[in-house]
Amino acid sequence: MKIGNTFLRGILYDNPIFIQLLGMCPTLAVTTSAVNGVGMGLATTAVLLGSNVVIAMIKKFIPAKIRIPAYVVVIATFVTVIGLLMKAFVPALDKALGLFIPLIVVNCIILARAEAFASKNSVLLSAVDGIGMGLGFTISLTILGSVREILGAGSIFGKAIFGASYQPALIMILPPGAFLALGCLLALYNWTVSKKANQF
Amino acid sequence: MSASGLFIIFVSALLVNNFVLSRFLGICPFLGVSKQVETAAGMGMAVTFVMTLASIITYLVQIFILDTMGLGYLQTIAFILVIAALVQFVEMVIQKTSPTLYQALGVYLPLITTNCAVLGVALLNIQSEFNLIETIVNAIGASLGFSLAIILFAGIRERLEIADVPAVFKGFPIALITASLMSIAFLGFTGLV
Repeated sequence: MKIGNTFLRGILYDNPIFIQLLGMCPTLAVTTSAVNGVGMGLATTAVLLGSNVVIAMIKKFIPAKIRIPAYVVVIATFVTVIGLLMKAFVPALDKALGLFIPLIVVNCIILARAEAFASKNSVLLSAVDGIGMGLGFTISLTILGSVREILGAGSIFGKAIFGASYQPALIMILPPGAFLALGCLLALYNWTVSKKANQF
Repeated sequence: MSASGLFIIFVSALLVNNFVLSRFLGICPFLGVSKQVETAAGMGMAVTFVMTLASIITYLVQIFILDTMGLGYLQTIAFILVIAALVQFVEMVIQKTSPTLYQALGVYLPLITTNCAVLGVALLNIQSEFNLIETIVNAIGASLGFSLAIILFAGIRERLEIADVPAVFKGFPIALITASLMSIAFLGFTGLV
């Protein structure tokens, strides 16, 4: 089933963060807590879905030479819309993500999917691809955000889980913790994959 | 604006709020083109050049076009178009005027359009309500900070190539952990200004 495959590819086999290593800036910057991770992931998913659909629709009218600027305009339009919506309806989250909302424009995942997928496939498949990749991104961001929040603040989604005697490792929610957590998660991922490969 | 104020902006952009290691802007080229010191230095030069120019132009666009016409909500679209056009323009000018410089920077220039540090510094300049001189100083500080981080990182990664690293940590994981250690070192600059 082609649609199912396209959908799963984004979440598992071609996960934008753990496999393709795309879109690192927002990944590292906003994952100080699980909530921020989910918020950033969903905002990116919405932009990805919108830009994939529109680019798949207009791909025949865009001359090959200026396709990149054209894609960027489409993406920037959706980012502006999402940014304004977030400012209106979730002001707290908008404040926490700050600069990284307008910076969704330069998230490599979005341009990469536009160039590699939406410019070659049908509208429906591009929409599915956008949702799959977006959810893959959201899930990875949520995992990273949760790990950092649990270790760095002793809570998850804002709820304390260890009780008062837990001394949080503050470093995990400071910038170095972002690199450290992602490095260890990638190593863990490699380890799981290599163990599976050895079994067969 | 006094000279000491400008110096504080410069040091803060260069070290304390280093763009790569504490603000997480420009991570893609930081991880992507940092396998050799030479290419890292080339990327650093290209970014310094484009970032400074882009800051000046986006500042003027914001003041004279967006603010006067009340089009503040078009900021993101306007800025990214300015940067994309600027990068293309710089590439053409360098190609015509200085083939040597083009050979050194050529490959990196197109990559800069999607370098979020360039758009990031342009947006930050406006957010911090800097004037034109402060904008230029901030952009130069930020881009030199980027160059500093990427060249240091490339130096370490050249050594890592021959180091005995556990198999699962090879490649990106160990690079990220190295970046983490560098970031801890840069945390030491907190409180400098």
